[in-house]
Amino acid sequence: MPESTDLKQREEAHWAKTSRLMWMHLGVWFFFGYIIHMFVVPLNKITVPILGFPLGFYMAAQGSLIVFVVMLFMFAKQQDKIDREYGFAEED
Amino acid sequence: MATESSSGSGDFLNNLGRVYSIYTGGFLAFVILIAVLEQMGVPNKILGYLFVFFTLAVYAIIGVLSRTAQVSEYYVAGRSVPAFYNGMATGADWMSAASFVGMAGTLFLLGYDGIAWVLGWTGGFVLVSILIGPYLRKFGAYTVPDFLAFRYGGNFARGLGVVVLVACSFTYVTAQIYGTGLIASRFLGMPFELAVFAGLVGILVCSMLGGMRAVTWTQVAQYIVLIIAYLTPIVILSTKKYGFPIPELTYGLAISDIIAREQQMLASGLATVANLKPHISPFINYSPLNFFAIILCMMVGTASLPHILMRYFTTPSVREARQSVAWSLLFIFLLYFSAPAYAAFSKLEVYTNIIGADVSALKPWIFNWGELGLIQICGKNAGSIDAIVAACKAIAGHTGVVRLQDFVINTDVIVLSTPEIAGLPYVISGLVAAGGLAAALSTADGLLLAIANALSHDVYYKMIDPSAPTVRRLLVARVLLLIVAIVAAATAATKPGDILAMVGWAFSLAMAGNFPALVMGVWWKRTTATGAICGIIAGFGLCLFYLVTTRYFPGAGVKYYGMTSLLNPVTGAPLVDIAKAMALPNAMEAFPTLAHPLANKVGWFGLTNIACGMLGAPLGFAVIYVVSLLGKEPSKEMQAYVDDIRKPRGRTVLEEKTT
Repeated sequence: MPESTDLKQREEAHWAKTSRLMWMHLGVWFFFGYIIHMFVVPLNKITVPILGFPLGFYMAAQGSLIVFVVMLFMFAKQQDKIDREYGFAEED
Repeated sequence: MATESSSGSGDFLNNLGRVYSIYTGGFLAFVILIAVLEQMGVPNKILGYLFVFFTLAVYAIIGVLSRTAQVSEYYVAGRSVPAFYNGMATGADWMSAASFVGMAGTLFLLGYDGIAWVLGWTGGFVLVSILIGPYLRKFGAYTVPDFLAFRYGGNFARGLGVVVLVACSFTYVTAQIYGTGLIASRFLGMPFELAVFAGLVGILVCSMLGGMRAVTWTQVAQYIVLIIAYLTPIVILSTKKYGFPIPELTYGLAISDIIAREQQMLASGLATVANLKPHISPFINYSPLNFFAIILCMMVGTASLPHILMRYFTTPSVREARQSVAWSLLFIFLLYFSAPAYAAFSKLEVYTNIIGADVSALKPWIFNWGELGLIQICGKNAGSIDAIVAACKAIAGHTGVVRLQDFVINTDVIVLSTPEIAGLPYVISGLVAAGGLAAALSTADGLLLAIANALSHDVYYKMIDPSAPTVRRLLVARVLLLIVAIVAAATAATKPGDILAMVGWAFSLAMAGNFPALVMGVWWKRTTATGAICGIIAGFGLCLFYLVTTRYFPGAGVKYYGMTSLLNPVTGAPLVDIAKAMALPNAMEAFPTLAHPLANKVGWFGLTNIACGMLGAPLGFAVIYVVSLLGKEPSKEMQAYVDDIRKPRGRTVLEEKTT
């Protein structure tokens, strides 16, 4: 970002990007928190190889939780990158 | 600034890794010592006391060493807790006695439908991180009502925030103290009321002197104990049964066995289609609406509970606040993805070694719990072989083989009995008790602190005496903490009947009261003070109304507010015949017991009252939106403050006077 860029513009661009990231993560959260579990009955017909779990049960008991954990570490990285890009990140 | 104490805490903060490694090693050595004592023939009861008192003593020492005379240390641990350790502390803060002892039992009983709670109590951290937590950290508040007051024009909003906070935290803390009493009375044989107050002492020594700072460092210690205690029995069990020490992977095989055994039981007449709830079949305990409503309310409630949000006020930076949420969920995940394994292993054991077994050939561990009334066979407490043989004989046509309908187990037993099922020595049972106690104590600490801080900081300092000197502020904070703790313990000692349901209610109340105002305060600059205040009152009010009416005034709910019976999730038929129940003489009774035919069984749209946040939160959002648009846009200064909250760099918006 060049020095001359107006603070206001930087703030708006930063917030637009932050909002986009927020919606993206909310989408993933909604899919793994709700949508996928609506299909539990057909998914239960599939068995996870080796482990023996019915897939629908597995997604609710483990799959979605793993997605949430990974998502949060990714989000912390991505948001920090956005903050740095616009010069709004804290000093290390 | 007291240089001595700050240099001391600097040393501590630089050596966290070493301190807690030594602590963990010490704890493991202690467990081994107890195991040796057990082999030498020391009685179980003494071992149990050693476990409880040793761990309590360690928490107390940490609490006393972390005492502080500084306001910012007392309220937000000096904002110096690294992301990783704050994650552990949040994990302990989050996981309550209900998670540690009750969750696996719920999954045992409800099968797939019980997973609603696992999903709900994990996914909410996504919302904490992306919508609220880091922004409140940047704002620089000591409490959640601090933010509401600043953003929404002063003490009226602050007062509302305090009301919501106390409403959801107090019921929750009462349940924790109750849990402490239950665990202590079960393992140490203390009378329940005495155990409650003994637990209270344990809670107070951790939080009285050092506030948030002491609570943080004891919670880290408690997390280590509780996770070791939770994982050890099933890791051993999984290794014994499947030759592989990761139970979260091997319990898939147990589930396949359960499915096969369920079919076998049906075929041989040990179970009937009516009383067997297949473990992996969805929506037989909750209708799909209630299943998803519970998930949503628990998730959004997580992101609105003040005692969780305030943990993220303690990190050194906004960046670390975000990382810290991720660590928190990882540490919580370790317990929650293991709970279904407990449920599956226990269920397989019950289905193969109890159901279908001859009544006179049952294993001895059953009678330990049966004596306490926690396992019943043929309708009688399974205290001894003779008792249940007689009980089963009394049933017409009983062949002497245990059928599914003969067997009733209290959900708390699942985790507590796993060491015995696996044939492990008593030391492991003692370890599990210490873990359950750590879970209950750590959550109670966090909640008590949230309530006492809101009363001392928001009500006393901000609303009553803004010129109070530091010494008096901290004194008031400690006295209030003591008072709240005693009131909560006294409530718990009366064993209120709704205690477990209240934990679920706390989430919905927090969701309806806090979530819309917090999210819109950060994400929509146009939100006005009037809008937010109306939104909090409307959302929280509707949720509270629905709860209180369906539980305590169900007759009035039917007669005046158009409520109908909830529906049976499998058949879709009403749970109660409303016309018949309304004709009973006690139909309009207020504050009825749970046995009342209508209590908790009526509502709108078939929605269970645990999920009343589903009604309150959308109304809250709508009211905030409409009323805000009707009013004048917030001042330029306020909008600039919101911009500041959104950028991690720079000073906190709120600068607290700390001396």
